[in-house]
Amino acid sequence: MNFARFSNTYLLQISPVLTSPSASPSALPPSESATPRIEELLEPQGRVLRVLGAWTAADLKGKADWSALQTQLAASSQAGDKGNIKSNVKAQNKDQNKDQNKNISQAHWDLMHISKLDHLGAQLLWTHWGRAWPAHIEVSPNHRALIETVARFAVTQPAPAGFNWLSPLANLGGRMFGLIDHAKGLTRLIGQLLLDIGRLIRRPQDGPWQDMSGHLYHTGATALPITALVGFLIGVVLAYLMSQQLKQFGADSFIVNILGISLIRELGPVLAAILIAGRSGSAITAQIGVMRVTEELDAMRVMGIARGFRLVMPRALALSIVMPLISVWTTLSALCGGMLAANAAMDITPAYFISALPAAVNVSNLTLATAKSVVFGLLIALVACHYGLRVKPNTESLGQGTTASVVTSITVVILVDALFAVLFKNVGI
Amino acid sequence: MSEAIVDIKKLWTVFKNGDKDVVIHKDLDLAVQRGEILSLVGGSGTGKTVLLRQMLGLEHPTKGDITVLGKPVAELGRVGAASRIGMLFQQGALFSAFTVLENIGFPLRELNALPLPVIREAAMVKLQMVGLSPDAADKMPSDLSGGMTKRVALARALIMDPPLLLLDEPTAGLDPDSSDSFCALLRSLHKDMELTVVMVTHDLDTLFELSTRIAVLANQKVIVCAAPKEVVAFAHPFIHEFFLGERGQRAMELLREYPFTV
Repeated sequence: MNFARFSNTYLLQISPVLTSPSASPSALPPSESATPRIEELLEPQGRVLRVLGAWTAADLKGKADWSALQTQLAASSQAGDKGNIKSNVKAQNKDQNKDQNKNISQAHWDLMHISKLDHLGAQLLWTHWGRAWPAHIEVSPNHRALIETVARFAVTQPAPAGFNWLSPLANLGGRMFGLIDHAKGLTRLIGQLLLDIGRLIRRPQDGPWQDMSGHLYHTGATALPITALVGFLIGVVLAYLMSQQLKQFGADSFIVNILGISLIRELGPVLAAILIAGRSGSAITAQIGVMRVTEELDAMRVMGIARGFRLVMPRALALSIVMPLISVWTTLSALCGGMLAANAAMDITPAYFISALPAAVNVSNLTLATAKSVVFGLLIALVACHYGLRVKPNTESLGQGTTASVVTSITVVILVDALFAVLFKNVGI
Repeated sequence: MSEAIVDIKKLWTVFKNGDKDVVIHKDLDLAVQRGEILSLVGGSGTGKTVLLRQMLGLEHPTKGDITVLGKPVAELGRVGAASRIGMLFQQGALFSAFTVLENIGFPLRELNALPLPVIREAAMVKLQMVGLSPDAADKMPSDLSGGMTKRVALARALIMDPPLLLLDEPTAGLDPDSSDSFCALLRSLHKDMELTVVMVTHDLDTLFELSTRIAVLANQKVIVCAAPKEVVAFAHPFIHEFFLGERGQRAMELLREYPFTV
């Protein structure tokens, strides 16, 4: 490369980073020499575009570098004497007009002073040249090979699909089908569960008892502290709120009726169900979902192990056993909290509270609450298993499945609770 | 050619297993020169993958220094890591929520400097460079075969054109045909991109076909690190068992057929 050729040239100022005309690349300060840029020189034989700096992905450090480079690329495609610099990013990627292409191909490109070039840099230049070699170019064999590699693989991107007016309608339809699909899946799961329970009754010695006891422990025993705490606090809050109202009417002793009915019949079971849905429902979905991701479900199938019998049934049975127990436990601790708060706020002694409770709350309420809890437990387990089995083998689907499982099971619990309230409105009150 | 890309000096790795300390590496020295393909071999439990992870800064040695690209690993930091080292994990470690093209372009997108069309195009170039067709661009990682997953993972590792590439069992789990073409691909990329490659492999074919040097880990250190022919000639029970067993003899035929020129 003969430097003398550029001796009587003058430099056209394109970007603020440019230095004096006499500066050769090696004389540039290091911080500037790494920035990818183009210098424009006017020479006797025409315009020379000298590509300088490190054209690598790592050296494009931010949006500012990128827009500076775009400005320079745009400037290089303008005719040299016009000098009006307009950055038009989109034009670089689309077909450039003939005038621009002519300007690019007529200019002399000098790539000899480029300090580093990687595939991204080569791609930028190649795209800028309109995917063809400029007529006059000086480039080292290494860099030529690199650009040729990129040129071989450069493909035109298909235009992204435009907005389709029918798509909202299609989405709605898709969602309906999804809903039907869920309903089908859940029905199938319930049917399978009944069949599996039948199988268990016929041959109880073959049942997955060990799995079940594990689930009993994990969903039941380990949930005792948190349900007790939440129940207790709700009891305290309710008792304090009620005491304010009841005092106005002098109906202090009715706190027993209010707390008794509301906690035993409604709040205890629902609270416990919501806590278990959040705690164990999500765990079941995640567990089965990960089994899908790691192909454990397929492995079970290959070994001829029925997943309904080994995965769904133990969980469903365990939860329907655990749920009423947890519900009673939550109710008891809520009553405890209410009793203590009533004592503190209204001087209703625990002794009076306990003696008045059986008269205030009909036994049928207890039966209703327990029956409700069994249904809640079963539903939580079924919903969780349903979503777990639908997880696709990727992380995103696992997250979505777990979220959907918790939201759905809590909604289902509240829906079913409302149903119970309507159906049994004459029982126990 | 004498510049060391990775320089490991007096490395100690000690794992706690219950009450007992298990020493994996003891005063281990290793230098990886620019432009070579260095293979790490050793019996299971000799800490090959651990060594690889230590070069990446994913694990920290108990004692000793690791210098990568002229800087201690601890000082390299997270920013711009993709432009220094590319890593091909054994299972690919593709982000399962992204398409193939998004996976490949992910390190570029994280730079936050380039517009999306440019990134997509760059990813497309790399996708084809590793021998995949443009049709694969919109697939999800779960739809890919084992060989394709490795190729996509390789394309992702190379998107920033890092000078150093680490491979963990690059051909494990591939059928012979795919592993052959994967080797050919690695060889051509190594030539074109002036890569320095460090790989862990058990596959003797891959080992002899690619390596310019082989480092053997045994007795808690590198017992020998030399050209394949010299390593095979080195007298040590592990080397005898590993290279001169029946499988080794078969793979050695390759060694005689391909003289090493890189």
